[in-house]
Amino acid sequence: MDGLDLETDVLIIGGGMAAAWAAIGAAREGAEVVLVDKGFVGSSGVTATAGPGHWWVPPDPGLRAAAIEKRRQSAFGLAEKAWAERVLDLTWRSLPQLAAYYPFSRDGKGQTYYAGVRGPEYMRALRRYAIDLGVRVLDHHPALELLTHRDGSVAGAAGYARLERRPWTIRAAACVLATGGCAFRSGLIGSHTNTGDGYLMGAEAGAELSGMEFSTIYTLSPAWCSTRTLPYTAARFFGADGAELDIPPPMADRAHHRALAKAMLEGPVFADLSEAPEALKPILRRIQPATIAPFERRGVRIFEDRFEVKLFGEGTIRGTGGLRIIDDDCQTTVRGLFAAGDAATRELVVGASSGGGSPNSAWALSSGQIAGAAAARLARTQGRQAGERALGQGRAGLRPSRAAHAVDERAAIDAVRDEMLSYGKAFWKRRASLEASQARLDGVWGELAKYRRAEGLDQVAARETAALVATARWSTRAALARTETRGLHARADAPDLAPDGARRLLVGGLDALWTRYETPAARTLLAEAAA
Amino acid sequence: MIAHIFADLCNGCQACVSACPTHVLDRAAQGGPPVIARLDQCQTCFMCELYCPQDAIFVGPDQTGPEVIDPSAIKASGLLGQMRRDHIWDAPPGDLAPLSEYWQLGPYLMGGAQIAAERYARRHAQGETK
Repeated sequence: MDGLDLETDVLIIGGGMAAAWAAIGAAREGAEVVLVDKGFVGSSGVTATAGPGHWWVPPDPGLRAAAIEKRRQSAFGLAEKAWAERVLDLTWRSLPQLAAYYPFSRDGKGQTYYAGVRGPEYMRALRRYAIDLGVRVLDHHPALELLTHRDGSVAGAAGYARLERRPWTIRAAACVLATGGCAFRSGLIGSHTNTGDGYLMGAEAGAELSGMEFSTIYTLSPAWCSTRTLPYTAARFFGADGAELDIPPPMADRAHHRALAKAMLEGPVFADLSEAPEALKPILRRIQPATIAPFERRGVRIFEDRFEVKLFGEGTIRGTGGLRIIDDDCQTTVRGLFAAGDAATRELVVGASSGGGSPNSAWALSSGQIAGAAAARLARTQGRQAGERALGQGRAGLRPSRAAHAVDERAAIDAVRDEMLSYGKAFWKRRASLEASQARLDGVWGELAKYRRAEGLDQVAARETAALVATARWSTRAALARTETRGLHARADAPDLAPDGARRLLVGGLDALWTRYETPAARTLLAEAAA
Repeated sequence: MIAHIFADLCNGCQACVSACPTHVLDRAAQGGPPVIARLDQCQTCFMCELYCPQDAIFVGPDQTGPEVIDPSAIKASGLLGQMRRDHIWDAPPGDLAPLSEYWQLGPYLMGGAQIAAERYARRHAQGETK
């Protein structure tokens, strides 16, 4: 079948806010930019279905320093002050640039409200802005693998256009992975496409990951449909017998979710939202229409009726790990391969604690533009090298190591969900249970890597499955290696901070996994010591 | 999950096929209503409704499995197009109405959490719970 063959300066892989900002950043540098997304730029990913608030601090040195200090306290020694400063600065300067595309309203005090944006409108605005800057957007063009040159540098990517049903190959001087995080198919709203594809493609090309142990975090929603959480923060909770449960408030973070998880392990849990802020009730629809719909269409009165709730895993989306970044350009350990948004580690800004909400959005906006611009500069100085030989690096699902035969992918995904999302395993991690998870996931990986070879459209699902399993393995391996409790990473058998634990933990490998602590970045430690 | 496409309302534009981020829909061979081809990939995100200019597609509230709906009851319910109306999705450029209340998200999110925190503190101060 005839495929699509293109050549460009910069290839952006992904279709959420980090990808869009990366495309914008690269196009502004004058590069020719192609963006390929698995879905549709506008509806893909967890930003489109959410309402990202950005870390938003005016350029007042005192305010900025206070904001950074507050984050530093929850970063547990893994963040870098210089990154926080960059991210705050870029975010403050970037959002107002969308004014021609997004209907920024007032903030109730007469000022324009920039910090928080609603997902569908934000992604529509970013799409239009990118296209106006000359970016070529290819929707429904999932990438399946990266291509590399003989020297290991990135040469482009190959994938499958799923509406046209044809393969594509795009050669590029530089690539940005902005494929989002991985929610382990928890059902979290917007996350069905977030299967860790970029982690897998990057690792196959030689990239490393960092912070994958910080992947245990959940969001509350009605049991039948994951939504955003605005109306639930004042909820009271009840067991099946109608007795009220003693649940620490949402501000208690892990204690809140752990108490809910404990109750849910014993039986169904019901929420009662009648004590939500009165003034919110009539306008929730105006703020989060998609949160109302699952209630309205089921005949449940959201602020009056009790309804069953569940915790939906967020994995590395609200976690902090991802592809390791080794320089100020958001480059990975693979030359010419950059990472942005949730595909990259966010430890640089938030360390061991979730950047969910505003720092993650600010990071996606900033790392996207930084990576995109750096990719464009690399393309300019180095040229496209499109005539050089390039090899596809994809393995599991594409090029098995043995004679191919059928593999039960549904069972593979069920194993990932069970090992990564089961409340008992996630909230009470112990060496023995982590080792059991690791053994099971290694077995699943082995089957996929040895025997799975997909063709045509089936390749997309096969690679998603492989990425889910790979991400679960890296997270589990890192959780085993970090024998302490730090930020999001909690070990029931090691409940305290380890004295030497303020180091980023790297993980990688495909068939054989490895971990090692990062040699502390001298700049970070010096800067922190001088502060 | 996507429950129904109303053939009498659909103009065959295939916008929902493009807009669906998870490739649930296939284009119709003859330009008619799209085909719900991979319902197991539907994440109940309502994006197809937002992008349907005809209000011809309806997403049921349950993400855990296929739903059987009565199309005439859905039409009569007034829910078709609700997502687009709530978003004021087709507001002209410069119209600030769609997001005029949006700034209140943060304050109400925190306000709710504050209510929960005070309630928890009050109960424990009174020794009502262990």
